[in-house]
Parts: sequence; C-alpha cells; structure tokens
Amino acid sequence: MSTPPEFDDIQGVVRFGYGQLTAACFFLLRVADAAAARRWLAQAPVTDAAYRQPPPDAALQIALTAEGLQAIGTPAEIMAGFSDEFIVGMAADQNRSRRLGDVGSNAPALWRWGAGDAVPHVLVMLYATPARFEAWLAEITTGGLWAQAFSVLDCLQTEFLDNHEPFGFADGISQPALDWERCEPFTALQLEYRNVSALGEFLLGYPNEYGRYTDRPLVGAEADPAGLLPAAEEVSERRDLGRNGTYLVLRDLSQDVAGFWQFLARQSDETGRTAQQLAEAMVGRSMEGAPLAPTSRRPIAGNTGNDAPNNHFTFADDPDGAHCPFGAHIRRANPRNADMPGGPGGAISRLVRIAGFDRHGVRNDLVAPTRFHRLLRRGRPYGMRLTPEDAMYSSDTVEERGIRFVCLNANISRQFEFVQNAWIVAAKFDGLLDETDPLLGNRQPVPGCPVPEDFTYSRAGAVRRRLRGLPQFVTVRGGAYFFMPGIRALRYLATSNS
Amino acid sequence: MLPQSSILVLAPIVPGREDELRGLLDRLNRAPGFADPANPLIPFGQFDRLHLARFVILEDPTPDDIAVYGLAPTPLPPTLAFFADCDGSRDAFLTELTRRAEQGLRQLFSHCAGFGDTTGMLQFMRQHSQAPAAAYVNWIGRTVRQIHEEAALRLALTGYLDANAAALANADPQLLRRQVIAFVEEQRRAGTLTLTAPEPTPIGWQIRNLLNLVGVPLLLLIASPLLLLYLPLFFWLLRRRETRDPEILPRPNPQRRAAIAGREDHDVTNPYIVSGYLKPGLFRLSTVLFLLFLVDYGARHIYNRGHLARVQTIHFARWVFLNGRKQMFFASNYDGSLESYMDDFINKVGWGLNLLFSNGVGYPRTDWLIVGGAANEQKFKYFIHRHQIPVQVWYKAYPGLTTFDLLRNARLRDGLERPAMSDAEIREWLGLL
Repeated sequence: MSTPPEFDDIQGVVRFGYGQLTAACFFLLRVADAAAARRWLAQAPVTDAAYRQPPPDAALQIALTAEGLQAIGTPAEIMAGFSDEFIVGMAADQNRSRRLGDVGSNAPALWRWGAGDAVPHVLVMLYATPARFEAWLAEITTGGLWAQAFSVLDCLQTEFLDNHEPFGFADGISQPALDWERCEPFTALQLEYRNVSALGEFLLGYPNEYGRYTDRPLVGAEADPAGLLPAAEEVSERRDLGRNGTYLVLRDLSQDVAGFWQFLARQSDETGRTAQQLAEAMVGRSMEGAPLAPTSRRPIAGNTGNDAPNNHFTFADDPDGAHCPFGAHIRRANPRNADMPGGPGGAISRLVRIAGFDRHGVRNDLVAPTRFHRLLRRGRPYGMRLTPEDAMYSSDTVEERGIRFVCLNANISRQFEFVQNAWIVAAKFDGLLDETDPLLGNRQPVPGCPVPEDFTYSRAGAVRRRLRGLPQFVTVRGGAYFFMPGIRALRYLATSNS
Repeated sequence: MLPQSSILVLAPIVPGREDELRGLLDRLNRAPGFADPANPLIPFGQFDRLHLARFVILEDPTPDDIAVYGLAPTPLPPTLAFFADCDGSRDAFLTELTRRAEQGLRQLFSHCAGFGDTTGMLQFMRQHSQAPAAAYVNWIGRTVRQIHEEAALRLALTGYLDANAAALANADPQLLRRQVIAFVEEQRRAGTLTLTAPEPTPIGWQIRNLLNLVGVPLLLLIASPLLLLYLPLFFWLLRRRETRDPEILPRPNPQRRAAIAGREDHDVTNPYIVSGYLKPGLFRLSTVLFLLFLVDYGARHIYNRGHLARVQTIHFARWVFLNGRKQMFFASNYDGSLESYMDDFINKVGWGLNLLFSNGVGYPRTDWLIVGGAANEQKFKYFIHRHQIPVQVWYKAYPGLTTFDLLRNARLRDGLERPAMSDAEIREWLGLL
C-alpha cells in the first residue's frame, strides 16, 4: 500500500534529529493538576514532521509515561492497549532490570529519576537555535497553566559537542532509513543486510518488518465522537490511537570521561598501542567516525545521506574480527547481518542453509537478524567538553558528562530491550568469552562466569590481545519508557473525558 | 562415547497439597527457580553424571481452550514432574539418585498420590517414568565430566595466553602450538588439568542406534506407497482444518508472565516449558505422531552435533504426550533470554515450530503446515507466554556455559590432540580464545 506519509500528524523528532537546533533540554514533569495538564497538552505547540523551508528555529516534542497517561485520566481500556513493558515501566520490575543490566551501580534504586516516586509523567523536549533558545524556553514554561499543571521533576540539560559524544567520538552516524512512502515490498527472508526499515518498526499503525501491525490502543467510534482519530488500517471499524505514535526510551547515562581515557593511557604502555587506538577498537570506528571494518563491495540499500561513506560496510567482510573486534560497541549495537548468513545464493543453497547445514566457521549464525532489532537514536550529550588529552591528565571529576540517550521504536521488548539484553550487556554475544560492551557494560558478575571486565581488541596475529580489568565507564542515572503520540492522538488524550 | 539419557517422572499430586509442595520445592533454590546445587534435599551438585534437572508442577495453563471445539475440558491433574538429563543409562542414574537423596525424594513425592511410607522410592520412580515422544541433545555423547574438564582447560589456556601475550604475539604458529601443548602436558602431569579419554560406547546402544538408523528409512520406504497414496487426502484434510481452526491468542496475563520471568535469567541458560491441548481428532494426532517420529530420528542421527536446524542454543529438549495424548508439552534448556529464544524460533526455525505447534489448539494460523504461524510474531509470542509453565526448581551442572562455550572448549581440546595442524588451522584454533 502506498500512501503519502502523514507528516503533519507525526512528531518531528521521528523524522529529524534537529541537528541544526543545537540547544536543547528535556523536561521531566509530574502532573500536579490533571485538568490543567490536559488543557496544556491540548494546546501545546508540538512541532510536526513536515519539511519546512526555512527550517523552524525551535521545536517542541511531547511524550508520556504510563503513569503520566493515568495521571491525566486516560481510561483503563485505552491503557490496556499499550505494551506490557510500557505499562510496567523501565524500573519497576527487578527481572527487567536484571535483563537490561540495571543492577549494581546501575540499579534503579540509585537513580536520580525514573524509579519509585521519581517516575516522570510527561517528557517535554525543547529544541532551538542557541539564539532562540532562552526565548523559546520562556515561551513554553512561563505562564500560569504550565505552573499549575506540572511540577518539574528534573530538567535534563544538553550540550552541543559538534555531534560528538563525551568520550570524544563522532556520534549518531548510523541510523536506519525509514520507508516513508511504503514502497518496499515485504520480504519473509532477507538475505542481504539492508539499512531500510518498515515504517511499522518506528511508528505504530503501520506494518512492521514482519508485515504485521504491532498491537496498540484502538478505540471504538463511540469513544471518539469528535472524530479526532484516524481509522486503524487493519481493522477499519476501530479508531487508531497509536497511529503515527511511537515509544520513546530515555536513559540518562553518565560517562566517566576522565576514567575512560586514564584507563586507556595506562594500558597504552603495556599494549604498545596508543590510548586512541584502543578506544577506537572499543568503539569500532575512528574518533571521526570511519569504520574499522573494511568497505563493503556491494551497495547497501538505504545507506544514503552525509554519513553514507562511514556506513558502507557489514561485518560479513570481517568474519574473524581482524579489523573490528567482535565486542566493539558498533558491532554489538548493530551487527549488520541479514536473516541468514551466506548471501543470496540459489534455491538449493537456501534450503540447505535453512535446514542448518552448509555451515562455515565455528561462529556461524550466532547473532539474531538485525532488521528486527533496529533503533532510531535521538540522544544528546551533556556536560562540558573534555578532550582526550585533557581527560588523561584531568582531575576534573566534579563536572558530570554523559548522554541523554533517546531512542524510538514501535516494540520496546523486541527492539530496545533486545538490543540492550542480547547484544550490549550479553557476556556471550557472538561467541565472546565473558565480555560485555566495552563502553556500556556494567562489569557485574554473571553466575558461573568470571566478572566480564575484559575486552578482546585484536585478533590480527595468532594470539588475540585483550585488555583486562575494564572499569565501568558508564552509569545509568535514570530512565523511563514513554509513549510519543501522533499529534491527533495527543489532542485526543488531552481532550477526551476520562 | 557415553550417550545421554533423559528422565521424566510424573506423579499426580494429592489434591490440596500443592501449595505445601511448592513451599518445599522453594527450599531447594537459592534464587527464585534457581537450584542451590548443595541443597540438603536433592544435592544436585553431587551427581557427576547429571547435566540438567528440574522440578515442575505441571498444570494446565489453558484448561478451557478445548471448548472451542465443543469438547468438555479434560484438564491435567496437578502433577509433580521431575526431569533429568544425565550421562549413561536411565536406570543407573535413578539408582544413584535414590542412593544419595532418598530422604529428599521421599519428602517431595510424599505429596503425590499412591506414595506411602512403605513405597519403594526407586520402584515408584521407575513406575512413574515416561519416555518422551522425541528428544534432542545438543551433542550426543558429550559428558558432564568432559564439559568440566574442557572448561578448566579453556581457563588454563586463556591464562597462559594472557601471561605470555607479548612473548607469543609474533611467534611462529607451529612453535606456538608446541608450546601450548607442552604447557598442557605439564599441567596434566602436575594434576591441575585432567583430560579423561572418552568411555567406550555401550554395545547395546550401538546396536539399537544402528537398527534405528537403518530401520526407520527402511520402514518409511516400505510404507512409502501408502504414504504417497495418503498424501492428497492428507493435504485436503489439512487445508480444511487450517482454514477453519480457531486461533486463541489473547494478551497473556501480565502477572503470570512476571511470575515466570522472575525465575528466568539467573544464568546464561534458561529452562523453558510450554504445554497445551492437541487439536482433537485422529488426523492431528497421527500427524503429530508421525512428525515426532521423524524429529526423533533427525535428533538422533542428523542434528546431534551442536545444532537443531539453525538453532544452536538448545542444550536438551523433549516433546512429551500427557493425559492419554490429549495434551502435550515441550521442554527445553536454551541460552539467552526468552525474547532471544523466541527470536530464534521465529526467524530461524519458524517452519519447524509450525510443523509441530500448529497441531496445538489455538496456535496462530498456518498454511501448508509450515507457512505463517510463528511469522505472526507478536501473536506467536502471546501464544508462547500464555502456554508457559513456571519451573519450580532448575539445576544446571555448568553454570555460565553456553552451548557455544561447550563447542569452543571441545575444539580447543581437539586442537591439542590432533596429530598435526596447518598454520591457518592453528590461527583459527587459537582464535577461539
């Protein structure tokens, strides 16, 4: 089905990273007065995803947690239509925390916000050009209604670091391309890595990579007398509250920049590599973003835009991890594989491979197909810039630095939670020996395993080289699952009577 | 080679004593559902031939689903199920189990019907044993002892390479291998490493295995004219049913799901069990029986070396009929979290899942037995969650080790024992570390 995308109903951050709007802050709000909060939400100047020339100099985006939806009086029938992980939340279930690696110093009990009484209700994301930012902030947050409606739990500041994250690496290079026009045919078995995602992976109300509609709240026509909501595509007698909405995952990650570079500087003598070389092996890219894995010989569908040269690779060209370590952050976060190893091949070859034969190498087929586990990242760094050189000699541990990690996905358990659990914090990812993500790992013991505090950085010679005793570089300080509704759905939630 | 056996003891629980039994089972655990190997009731850690064990209180998660076919529910009576996967014969293990843990076993099974103070423990377990309709073993003949010895070898080799990394970095591969072999020999002489030679394969097992290897294809060949004649009728019957069988795919109960999740992810491996009604009628039953017959053959002779089709993460699995073949369960032990297991199900072996599970009541609609079904990702996950049963107690003899770890460790040993290796082979071999 090819229909024009409904950009005027989609919140802008789904389509744009607002890279030009370099000033931003994220308000975490608690609802103080439900009626006032609804009134504020009903008229808030939310920025949509339509392309404008000149581009807007300010933007506002809104998302709500399950507690927030309840706080503004969303009826139970609607709540029940959201996914379980959204309803329960990121921090409220120990089992989830265990799977996400939120244990030890990452445990929700130690978070600054996101657990217990500090679960935010509403997330208001403000973006603007530096010149416009103060005025935009004032425009949104001064006024009786705002003050009456909300109490501010926290305001997460961000810093513009020239599109780099606090360790000093170019950030946000790899993003999936969305099939906005819905012209890609559904394929049951994709045999080459593609960087194109079905719209339904990132927006509710559209078919996902399985060609299915992800469950979401649908309401009867009687519950929408004003006709605010569109009909659901697959059940036309129901109105779609999820359409053009998505789930937003926010994690407040604190980065120990000085600790990171000082550790690597200490390792530098022993290993004969510079701290920067070791850091680049951990990331899987050079500091400016060039991949360590060799360039792919074939085109990659959906690899377009400014960053295309830095994304023209898969790990099929580095099967032994000789260039990019298996445990490198980018190899974990996006393994760039197809549904099955071995490329297209003929019909017989496919059958043989489906039956589990024609296996090459011991590590064959260990990693799940990437296309069902993509994330659209929209995070922003915070904290003053600290160069690696300064970090190595700095005793500046007062200033906090990190990332307000934001990602969008239509299915939190299959996308964000899977990537975090099966790839980032997994001590056994791709056959590795008890390592977790060199940047994000919490270094907490796994039963029966040594504490995963190693990082194998080179397999170039006969004997692999590895770093031992990696400290924890990143600590989780807060987090929550939000629903970022389409703009019609936001007005519906704000105006329908509970 | 000493092949493994699977043990299943099923004993109905005396009505009203279930909660008491649950409480008792919890005393075997050190985390929810996660056994303490040294618990005083069943000290699992003392059994050096035991791979995996579990206690489950088998209950019907979906007792009323059969009503969609207009049939009266025949729910399972709550049943205590003891599972074990061990090296060597079933009987040898049950005997050892009784010898070491009779008091604990008596305490547990005293909650079951027909068990009294004078009941012989071993005899009771034998009488209540049930063979699986099909069973899968990740690697036939890989013993617990071998797993432990090879894990120790891996640790020693890792330590050796770390300690000598700089010196070895540019060493000639052949020299390197000789050094590694010398190091291991030294450790073996010092008694810090043991690598026991495999036990001889029991002759009875060899004969049975050979008869099965040849007999099954022969039987199929003989039956093939009949099977071919049946095929058109089979597809006609199948399509009639596939287009009409009702799906039962509501959102699973979140509290129930959370209770099961609380018992998961305490190790890199997880236990799993789902149960449900078979679709009624001879057609489905005969289909399942035939398919499981093939699955069992495949698991014995084809998929006995580290992978079941494309899935490499399953240690042991079995399919078992219950309640006069009205219900059945599938139980397995897999690496990773449930979400990644389901990902394997859907994306790697959806066709295989469909073949069997589509004969279960309420499964997402399939076409031609293998298409669709699990490909309906979210509904399939609802189905799985809804049919899952909590595992009260689960024990694994080698915590922290995945099937991939076992494979790697075995290959490391293999590299020591081979007469010669090329430079490239040595690089690949040491690349395993």
